[in-house]
Amino acid sequence: MSLHGRPGYHSLEIESGALPFRTLRNAMSATPAPSDHRLAAIHAAVETHRPRPGALLPMLHAIQDALGWVPPEAIPVIATALNQSRAEIHGVVSFYHHFRTTPPGRHVVQVCRAESCQAKGGVALEEHAKRSLGIDWHQTTPDGAISLEPVYCLGNCACSPAIRVGDEILGRVSCARFDRIVEGLREEVPA
Amino acid sequence: MSIRIFVPMDSGALSVGAGDVAQAIAAEATVRGIDIELVRNGSRGMYWLEPLVEVDTHAGRLAFGPVTAEDVPALFDAGFHEGGMHRLGHGLTEHIPFLAGQERLTFRRVGITDPLSLADYEAHGGFEGLLKAVGLDGAAIVKEVTDSGLRGRGGAAFPTGIKWNTVLHAAGPDKYVVCNADEGDSGTFSDRMLMEGDPYCLIEGMTIAGLAVGARHGYIYLRSEYPHAFHTLQQAIAKAREAGWLGPDVAGSGRSFELEVRLGAGAYVCGEETAMLESLEGKRGIVRFKPPLPAIQGLFGKPTVINNVMSLAAVPLILARGAAFYRDYGMGRSHGTLPFQLAGNLRHPGLVEKAFGITLRELLLDYGGGSASGRPIRAVQVGGPLGAYVPESQFDVPLDYEAYAAMGAMIGHGGLVAFDDTADMARLARYAMEFCATESCGKCTPCRIGSTRGVEVIDRIIAGEARDANLALLDSLCDTMLNGSLCALGGMAPYPVKSALTHFPQDFGIAPVTAE
Repeated sequence: MSLHGRPGYHSLEIESGALPFRTLRNAMSATPAPSDHRLAAIHAAVETHRPRPGALLPMLHAIQDALGWVPPEAIPVIATALNQSRAEIHGVVSFYHHFRTTPPGRHVVQVCRAESCQAKGGVALEEHAKRSLGIDWHQTTPDGAISLEPVYCLGNCACSPAIRVGDEILGRVSCARFDRIVEGLREEVPA
Repeated sequence: MSIRIFVPMDSGALSVGAGDVAQAIAAEATVRGIDIELVRNGSRGMYWLEPLVEVDTHAGRLAFGPVTAEDVPALFDAGFHEGGMHRLGHGLTEHIPFLAGQERLTFRRVGITDPLSLADYEAHGGFEGLLKAVGLDGAAIVKEVTDSGLRGRGGAAFPTGIKWNTVLHAAGPDKYVVCNADEGDSGTFSDRMLMEGDPYCLIEGMTIAGLAVGARHGYIYLRSEYPHAFHTLQQAIAKAREAGWLGPDVAGSGRSFELEVRLGAGAYVCGEETAMLESLEGKRGIVRFKPPLPAIQGLFGKPTVINNVMSLAAVPLILARGAAFYRDYGMGRSHGTLPFQLAGNLRHPGLVEKAFGITLRELLLDYGGGSASGRPIRAVQVGGPLGAYVPESQFDVPLDYEAYAAMGAMIGHGGLVAFDDTADMARLARYAMEFCATESCGKCTPCRIGSTRGVEVIDRIIAGEARDANLALLDSLCDTMLNGSLCALGGMAPYPVKSALTHFPQDFGIAPVTAE
């Protein structure tokens, strides 16, 4: 199951020599079987937001906030509630970078790739992040602690380079500070 | 009397430890038995000093920064809370040259007040504009905004009043006000600062827009990269509603206006107004054809005012002080002020609100303090990822919409990203195309395919493969994207590429053209 529906994205990744990671990512993202807990969270999110005009994005946010990703079994539930086709829902999920269709690691670390961060050593930080974690963008470390994502501006351009961990924005992130942050995250016991 | 100490809640300040500093100050004050009132304000916009701690004194607020949690005991030892000197002290905040030289209209309260305190907001001129608007009919409000000369601050610089007038005269009982808070341009953060530091200002501006055009519902489309702004706005909306500034009877006017924040989901193209409407309707963020204009057929097919955060936040003051007051700032057809955002490789990055007409050189050197690395500034990207790279030879052109357009650049949302002389302009040009490819909505071919081909062609130029042929190809490709794309994403991605090529050809392996 690949939701790489973003136009232009596909070919670029391949041409920049990143082909192996897609294979790897698919292999790593063995989708856990649906559970009652997950289905309950999906139904709750769908019911809460169903009456709102333009309810789909609020529903998807609520599901991802509760579960960390949008599991495949959410698609038919949403489609039925909104009287849309599964293809339409799938199309929306795959369009937006924010929505995940594979379970993330315990922490999602986003590294800003935009210009202001580039002007302050962001490219070195990107490379350091990938090398030190041993993974590429959109992958999760083998211990399941950290998923690495690129992000295009966190609005923290006066404190570049910036990263985001969960809902926390961190600025002036040197490679050394990145390592300390990651170390802290690894030590956190999963809830 | 307890001593008022300010530690910002702004996400930029938090990103460098303001949360820990606030905790440390509270804990230290308790241990020492000192009675303090800790206020979590917005940021003053002097980010190199963040976390910036301020202490209220008879003479005014004293600034200390950048403060770490470890500095806190020493600050108390030095009696900073009673005006004592410390090596991190900068004297009166208002006297710091970076702030003293600014013309803060839209940002007049940011960093000064408690963002969620309605009492603070009103004490600093808040709701004066709305109270004035309540006594006017829609046409009179629109006239005031039109006369102020305010133009869209999101980048397109379309006159705000003219847009409002179209919606005012559009038929139908259901109309919407949508605030574009999808501040996706890299190097920009003024929307975020205002939403986190003075959210009622945006709420007031949107409510005035609602009264002006006869809309009863407003949406703030906020990017998901701004979690702190999301929480602040939600709390502010709830408080404003409870106090009667929003809801069924706005400020006792008998007219209703409801406001809601909706989160985007990490798609840059949703900053394009029609893609944003699609997203709000729960669809893929695909750009719409225009016409119909959103002012006639916008959200859910209804007439819709769409404005940027900075445009809407300028409105309360325009109503409160009158169109002429605002119009007198600026130059030519660029009236008022613009909150410029200084980012990238600068010693003093931050927010500088100035009237139009200031030059890049003044902003970069007088305010920005030159490069952080101490090396010469080589290029500045003005106006986000689709903005041109401006070389040093153009630093003296006044920042005015028309003057910038004349030199093939744009002011956009007022973001400036400075690069020193280590920047590789060919790599940055490649990045512009790569970014466009990642973020293209895919509807039109020039943007969808052109950006990917653009990356390939630039790669070949950098590698020195058939350079002349590929340069001609890149030129033709840029021309197609510029003229053939449906929206600004594909239509402007060539700007950074072409400006980098024109001003820094040596980075592409081309000998610079020397004057005859």
